[in-house]
Amino acid sequence: MCDATGDGGGCGADTEPPRRRRAPGTSHPRTCMKCGQGTAALVIRVGDPFCRACFREYFVHKFRAMLGKNRVIFPGEKVLLAVSGGPASSAMVRQVQEGLSREAAKRLRFVPSLVYVEEGAVRRQSPEQREQTLAQIEALLQATGFPYHVLHLEEALELPPSILQPGPGTSGPSGPSYKKAVDSFIQQQRQDGDSGSSLPGHSSQDTPAAPPATRGLPDAAQTQELLRSFEAAGTATAREELLEMLRTHLIVQTARDRGYAKVMMGDSLTRVAVKLLTNLSLGRGAFLAVDTGFTDQRHGDVMVVRPMRDYTAKEIAFYNVFFSVPTVTVPPLFTKHREKPSIHQLVERFLLGLQEEFPSTISTVYRTGEKLSPEPAKASSESQRCLLCLCGLDTEGEEELALEPTLILEEPEAGAESKAAYIPLLCYSCRLTFKELGPLDTLPPYVRAEGQRRIHRAEMEQNQENQESSKG
Amino acid sequence: MAAPVSLQVEFGGGAELLFDGVKKHQVTLPCQPEPWDIRSLLKWIKQNLLKERPELFIQGESVRPGILVLINEADWELMGELDYKLQDQDNVLFISTLHGG
Ligand SMILES: [Zn+2]
Ligand SMILES: [Zn+2]
Repeated sequence: MCDATGDGGGCGADTEPPRRRRAPGTSHPRTCMKCGQGTAALVIRVGDPFCRACFREYFVHKFRAMLGKNRVIFPGEKVLLAVSGGPASSAMVRQVQEGLSREAAKRLRFVPSLVYVEEGAVRRQSPEQREQTLAQIEALLQATGFPYHVLHLEEALELPPSILQPGPGTSGPSGPSYKKAVDSFIQQQRQDGDSGSSLPGHSSQDTPAAPPATRGLPDAAQTQELLRSFEAAGTATAREELLEMLRTHLIVQTARDRGYAKVMMGDSLTRVAVKLLTNLSLGRGAFLAVDTGFTDQRHGDVMVVRPMRDYTAKEIAFYNVFFSVPTVTVPPLFTKHREKPSIHQLVERFLLGLQEEFPSTISTVYRTGEKLSPEPAKASSESQRCLLCLCGLDTEGEEELALEPTLILEEPEAGAESKAAYIPLLCYSCRLTFKELGPLDTLPPYVRAEGQRRIHRAEMEQNQENQESSKG
Repeated sequence: MAAPVSLQVEFGGGAELLFDGVKKHQVTLPCQPEPWDIRSLLKWIKQNLLKERPELFIQGESVRPGILVLINEADWELMGELDYKLQDQDNVLFISTLHGG
């Protein structure tokens, strides 16, 4: 592998982390450590100055190497790229564009489409501001020439309950092998008489044409209903988790409906490191590998892939400036007056502060994540799978948790419709989040519908067991 | 006595939200006994451009961790960081890589 990063970690990783070296107070231009000629334009890791040309080569190569190493995206496969307008996903789209325009031997061979989830409602944007953001995003999406889908977060209210169950898995170990897929792709190309001049997939008929852009915003009533869920969440942390859940479910549902078996998300190395520590703090230790790994197969038929997780936020920001990658800035998720910041924000501040003094902090955290097993608690049936995050329940033998005073809420209603009845359906971490979400009638309808179904089913099974034991 | 210095100061990645959403600022720094450097520019920005919540941009005498600085499209780490002596017509870009808040 031609690793140009000169990754300083390596064997000495267990020794005292290097202290930040203050740059000398001169403005004398330094030369690139890669080619030894160009004027350095940025420092990518401790003490590695790169010129623009070498940095570009390094950046583009890393993307292809990431996909090549993992071999999960099949040639000719339809892939949905989740775009937020932010730096990492915008750089990701540019890498796919670069990859598709390369000479045949180095060319990426999948068929990309884009999806954007508009979240202005929970970012406290006025309808005018939302329209403005949408116009900017659409310009950005259109400029790529790829088909794209624009969704509004409000549409999560109409998600089917089935999004909380894994779809029939085609991407798992039972799916077609990478090699088989490559072979059949090459055969297909020969049949098509592909000389290598056309882009992959553009000859096949099932490539969707760019759909008409979603014009207009959702009804005010829908926006109100969505906001009710977010307002009812008692903490900024729960609100962040709710947003992440709704967004992910919307994107995965879009992929499922339209036949994409892979979704690419633009989590950077910095974001992965923040997510790792955040999720650890949120009690999601058992699921770190699924939550932050290269592949995430919890949804079964739709695999989530994170090809940007090798790039630091700094590398991405510099790439976007140097090579004019357009981005769109949106305001942050709303917070309530005088509210404590979310754990997500606190961890980000903490990690970036530490990084300032110890420049290897973030990549060390990231590398720790690399060592985690990608197969945590396996769930063979839905009763063993968390209602909200679809991970295998990690609460075995911790049933007393359900009775923990902090998890019991004052409930006017009784029976299956009480909030407490949901607790056994949730993993440890989602129990904590669920507690901070509002009353049941503020939960997204699909969560409630699926929750009720599982509660009824569990009751029926319980009754059957009771009958059988009374017979015997 | 250093002559006045004209700069283009830019904000991106969400940092512009702390400056009324304005990304590009044409700035003329007044004469002062010492030559202008990034350290004194940050002080000037805090007093003249930053409307509210300076802690979201400045920490101590430097920028908050997570905010990148580019001087004439190059990493400030190559340029002496806070000690870089500003020259007329320089371009200084601040990019936030912070996710929220
Ligand atoms: Zn070079
Ligand atoms: Zn869960």
